[in-house]
Amino acid sequence: MLTKQTRAQKVFNAFNYTFLIVVCLLCLVPFIHILALSLSDNAAVSGGLVKLWPVRFTLEPYRYVLDRDAFWRAFGITLQRALLGTAINVMLVILLAYPLSKTKEKLRTRSLYVWVFFFTMLFNGGLIPSYILIKELGIMNTLWALVLPGAVTVFNVILMLNFFRQVPEEMEDAANIDGASHWRTLWQIYVPVSMPAIATITLFCLVGHWNSWFDGLIFMRNADKYPLQSYLQTIVVEFNFQTMSATEAERLAKLNDRSVKSAQMLVAAIPILLVYPFLQRYFVSGIRLGSVKG
Amino acid sequence: MKAETTSVTKEGIGAMRVGYKTKRELPLHFMLLPGLILILIFAYVPMVGVTIAFQHFLPLRGLLGNQEWVGFDNFDYVFSIPNIWQVVWNTLRIAVLKIVMGIIVPITFALLLNEIRLLLFKRMTQTIIYFPYFLSWVILSGILIDILSPSSGIANQFLGVFGIKPIYFLGENSWFPYVMVASDVWKTFGFNTIVYLAAITSIDPSLYESAASDGAGRIRQTWHVTLPGMHMIIVLLMVLSLGTVLDAGFDQIFNMYSPQVLQSGDIIDTMVYRMGLLQAQYGPSTAVGLLKSLVSFILITVSYWIAYRLFKYRLF
Repeated sequence: MLTKQTRAQKVFNAFNYTFLIVVCLLCLVPFIHILALSLSDNAAVSGGLVKLWPVRFTLEPYRYVLDRDAFWRAFGITLQRALLGTAINVMLVILLAYPLSKTKEKLRTRSLYVWVFFFTMLFNGGLIPSYILIKELGIMNTLWALVLPGAVTVFNVILMLNFFRQVPEEMEDAANIDGASHWRTLWQIYVPVSMPAIATITLFCLVGHWNSWFDGLIFMRNADKYPLQSYLQTIVVEFNFQTMSATEAERLAKLNDRSVKSAQMLVAAIPILLVYPFLQRYFVSGIRLGSVKG
Repeated sequence: MKAETTSVTKEGIGAMRVGYKTKRELPLHFMLLPGLILILIFAYVPMVGVTIAFQHFLPLRGLLGNQEWVGFDNFDYVFSIPNIWQVVWNTLRIAVLKIVMGIIVPITFALLLNEIRLLLFKRMTQTIIYFPYFLSWVILSGILIDILSPSSGIANQFLGVFGIKPIYFLGENSWFPYVMVASDVWKTFGFNTIVYLAAITSIDPSLYESAASDGAGRIRQTWHVTLPGMHMIIVLLMVLSLGTVLDAGFDQIFNMYSPQVLQSGDIIDTMVYRMGLLQAQYGPSTAVGLLKSLVSFILITVSYWIAYRLFKYRLF
């Protein structure tokens, strides 16, 4: 394979490496800058001295953020919605993908069901009717408003059912002859062999719930019910002093507002950072899942 | 007699088998039930709820309650809003630019990364460029608002080194749409690059070998083997993106726009939000939403149809 490089190739390689390094740096610089801001002293930040390295290192912005009840409350709500929401998502994906992965012979009404689910990917009622529906169901201001509207993730159902289809039909037939019900076949044959796909979907649902902010913003009437990202939205994007007590405001006066915002954003990104290696690992298998068509 | 018995037996077996089949199918229906109920409530009820667009909607009377029907009055009102076409234009401009850049940039990167022989470098690059994809627009907007600030942002400090006066990237109409496109590329190109790279790795290596033995250099190999090998996924993603030309990115724009840039940055979705939820003009904003849903419906259907005709692509 290894042949001597021509001059043109050497030039190209040099250019290519340099270019990719520059792009990587461009992608990283914003995060490094924010990290540096969050670790720098007030005077250094307001003086515009902080570039890519903390100036007069301090952890005070993080202490301030982690001392705030509002932050932890929002964090707790996000944790609840992410766990409950993902559990419901994944459960429904498995329960829906199994029957829909069957052939027409095994489930005669399959195409009707498929259309009912598929149609929701083509057309939606839009923001206002959905908002009014939540209001009339009386689940405003509850966790259910964050969990139920997006409970059925049709796209994940498609990924999952394509994975289920790769399970040899003979396995199911053999189980059937041995007297196993569909229910048992699903949990004892299909689910165990599909763990990689289930892990991928679980991770994507978790990240989705972690990152949702708009539903919290419109379905939660009080700011103290906001999940983390909605809370961050009001703080980082629309800086809202109403959610702050007098002592907090006093303490904040000594801190730089940019440092505090940066610290909050980074703390909120930490969980994503933690699952990132897994996300990356499963992602490629995820693409392959999606590209398998029935 | 004999014939009769056999036919009866056959029918009997037939009936048994039908009964067995139905019985065997029953658990499958039960498995579908919870999902069906949820999707009927949370997807189909709002679809019926678009009738708000034809009503003088009073929330007290209920979503499917006894409302006053006003025909197309809400639509007439919407089209009498002076800047409605500007909003449509903004949406199309931002969305189409995002689609175009969202194809060109990742393909370029996939081709460049494919030339890298150092595996560690290749993997690290992928790790870095792919990361922003998983952060929410709330966090990314917070970062962008800080670094693009005209007074204290690091971007303008950097430009200042070259003697360029501070630019208010998020506050000037001439900049705002392009900043939206560029920052969207920043968030998503890593993800798409990996999709294209996966397509490249599935190309048969013997094609490269035969091209090389025919005297093709790297550039001609890229042109004649790699790109044709990717053409399916490229055309497929282009076709499928047709369905998103009215989605300019609510999450992103909502978190970065401000009254100064409404002229260039207000899109259909942000307008629906303001009209509907902030000003409680339920009828008109549902009318706008319905028009958007209808146009998207047609575009998505057409794009799936084309994808099916070209590649036998089907989701189910």
